Amino acid sequence: MYLARVTGRLVATQRYEPGLEGVRFQWIQPLDEAGQPMGAQLVAAVALDVGPGDFVHFIDGREAALALPDETYVPIDVAVTGFVEQAAVNGRDLAKED
Amino acid sequence: MFLADVVGTVVAPVQIPLLDGRTLLVVRPVQPSGSATAKTRVAIDTVGAGEGDRVLVIDEGNSGRQILDAPDGAVKTLIVGFVDAIERDGAIIFDHRTGNHAPSG
Amino acid sequence: MRIGKVVGSVVATQKDEKLVDCKFLLVQIHDHQNQPLEDYVVAVDAVGAGHGDVILYATGSSARQTVLTDGRPCDAVIMAVVDSWDLDGGDNVYEKWRDG
Repeated sequence: MYLARVTGRLVATQRYEPGLEGVRFQWIQPLDEAGQPMGAQLVAAVALDVGPGDFVHFIDGREAALALPDETYVPIDVAVTGFVEQAAVNGRDLAKED
Repeated sequence: MFLADVVGTVVAPVQIPLLDGRTLLVVRPVQPSGSATAKTRVAIDTVGAGEGDRVLVIDEGNSGRQILDAPDGAVKTLIVGFVDAIERDGAIIFDHRTGNHAPSG
Repeated sequence: MRIGKVVGSVVATQKDEKLVDCKFLLVQIHDHQNQPLEDYVVAVDAVGAGHGDVILYATGSSARQTVLTDGRPCDAVIMAVVDSWDLDGGDNVYEKWRDG
């Protein structure tokens, strides 16, 4: 799992079905331990109440599909697993910074 | 599995149900010498580790699901051990009691 | 997932028998600002994407988690066609209905 900031929302109505109905997609920017961007922005499946600007943790790989609440045998390789209120690293709270 | 240093803590009030009540820590994969080897990530703690500790991390789903006994769990990155010491070629190159690295070679 | 644009297709008559019936599309990977990268992926189409579509694709074991690709040697699958997205609370970066 990694830390990330949600940066945007993505709409895709034509999608793999059955299985992906109701899944939301959001852009996330993975972050390093200094809160700086780490690698390319990714599109994550989101089944939690998070949105742009939120600090989150996410999971990648096959396990990402297992983070969805209903159908989990779906082609998803990035999913948000939690809303982060505080991420304390070296005395700084990354969640409170931009 | 790989060595990592715990560098931070994560508080997440809204998560997938499997993670509820579990401790998440920020871990930096390191070489025995302490230099970073890969991207810093978030791991589920299963041993009671804390900031500054050196730990053993597994980042693979099947192993993670075995450890948590969650066959369908969305888990991958887990702290599975607390490192007391690392020996190399007969010499102790890391000792958690001192928190320091003995000079190698 | 990453996004990319369908820029072509790949025909391979001689291929593993488990890949018969799979439609291979040539996808140029784009970044979040919709800028094309000099990076391509050949992905199996699971949604009926067409030339010029901006699509979402999944890689690795996840790519095998469709009815079409289950149990097949496939490591990239197109699982959605993108309509639009926004970033940083601003206007839409991309809109399919505007894309020429």
